[in-house]
Amino acid sequence: MSALLANTALLRKLLVGFVRDEVRKVGVNKVVLGLSGGIDSALVAFIAAEALGPENVHAICMPYKTSNPESEAHAQLVAAACGVEFSVVPITPMVDAYFDLFPDANNMRRGNKMARERMTILFDHSALLRALVLGTSNKTELLLGYGTLYGDMASALNPIGDIYKSQVWQLSEAMGVPQEVIDKKPSADLWAGQTDEEELGFTYRQVDELLFRLVDQRWTKPELVANGFDAEFVESIHSKIQNSHFKRRLPVIAKVSNRTIDRDFRYARDWGK
Amino acid sequence: MDFTVVLAQIKPKLGCIADNLAVIEREIAKAREAGADLVVFPELALSGYFLKDLVPDVALRIDSPEILRLIELSKGISIAIGFVEETSDYHFFNSALYLEEGAIRHLHRKVYLPTYGLFDEQRYLARGESFRAFDTNFGRFGMLICEDMWHLSASYILAMDGATTLICLSSSPARGIEGDALGSASAWQKLVSTTALFLNCRVLYSNRVGFEDGVNFWGGSEYVAPSGESIVRGALLEEDFVTARVDEGALRRERIFSPMMRDENLFVTMQELGRIALERGR
Repeated sequence: MSALLANTALLRKLLVGFVRDEVRKVGVNKVVLGLSGGIDSALVAFIAAEALGPENVHAICMPYKTSNPESEAHAQLVAAACGVEFSVVPITPMVDAYFDLFPDANNMRRGNKMARERMTILFDHSALLRALVLGTSNKTELLLGYGTLYGDMASALNPIGDIYKSQVWQLSEAMGVPQEVIDKKPSADLWAGQTDEEELGFTYRQVDELLFRLVDQRWTKPELVANGFDAEFVESIHSKIQNSHFKRRLPVIAKVSNRTIDRDFRYARDWGK
Repeated sequence: MDFTVVLAQIKPKLGCIADNLAVIEREIAKAREAGADLVVFPELALSGYFLKDLVPDVALRIDSPEILRLIELSKGISIAIGFVEETSDYHFFNSALYLEEGAIRHLHRKVYLPTYGLFDEQRYLARGESFRAFDTNFGRFGMLICEDMWHLSASYILAMDGATTLICLSSSPARGIEGDALGSASAWQKLVSTTALFLNCRVLYSNRVGFEDGVNFWGGSEYVAPSGESIVRGALLEEDFVTARVDEGALRRERIFSPMMRDENLFVTMQELGRIALERGR
């Protein structure tokens, strides 16, 4: 477990500095983010409030009719605890209007649609408030592909995309995220009683131990198995990473010219900032 | 002789030469007001670090107006600074200039261009091919640019060439959040201290701050005495203006106390390196 123990004081300073610097250098002073009531978005709200002042952070809770009412209550609790601006925009009318056309849609389609509906609301508020959209996907989710492309994975800046869920818990404790939000079971909250760990089939703490060794430390599969990781588990996580890689890349462009965007036309996003 | 150095821990804007030059001129003026004799800027202070395809756009010839301006300013204070250099045969180098009394005293072109992990320098830049010590108003110096210092041979060559002060200009990214201190910072601190200790040299390490595409540069610029002791260290992650009084007596005393460089056997080193080169060539 020790390998995943973060120096929270240092991590806090880095992530707060990241938000402050990367937001202000584009000539903006505000951010907007979706606040689900879960720990990831709660932590991002705390980081942003410290970086920019809570008055410059706008958090939006976007419940669907099947969302657990506790989620909205927790979102409100988090907003109050870090002092950020807070509003609620329910997505039920838009999502239901669409699925009236496709009543047979399964849970996956419905979940993806909800995530993308929320994305459009955040980016609309980005224009409304002259605010950058902050992402709230952690490294565990991003590596496993446990998120919706162009939905919850869409953002301008993501402060927590390089820290594992286990580290999100540690930093949340250190930054004073309300305890009930830290303690509750992580859930995508698409339907009642859903939990991430049940759906994934393993706990975040288990998979983080594996991901840290596999990705950050580049252990080989035989090394992982020799050190007590189940071979099937290692194999399944490796394929999850591989099969979701498309979600972590820009769309593939057919190359025909001498300078193709992102292949031989290469500039940092902070070009000129 | 004793002298006062300022390590200007600045935050360059990526690809913005004019803006960066304005910041640099302001820091030079501040250093002069503070009575400093030498001001050291970080690697690529004029351009920023993750340049990629911007390299040719921000490159400067050593007779460009920007460099001539800095040369002019060096009449009032000695200046060490990093930039992208364009040569007349259109090669682009990650270079550092040492300017003094209105002249270029030395130009170092980074030899070791990191191209692994988050680094991609050799894709965009040409490799320098020498390490040379040079004389300054404050003794014999050697210059290194960031990754150069991770190659023992680089500092060793400069010390054997008579340098007693090593200047290292750096753009070191922050990474490693598991330990008591930032991973890359503690690795560098060990490196700088050990290099000073091994070679009985003082080290002036100037590292930038700020973010580029989510990558933080951690700062922590420092003056390390020939004993390996860190005398002054700048702030972590924040801009700083690190001022240090460099004591000639400390260098002399250290070299009397630990005369390793005096005893270093250049003949044995050359003989063995020559043999290794021959054997590798077979």
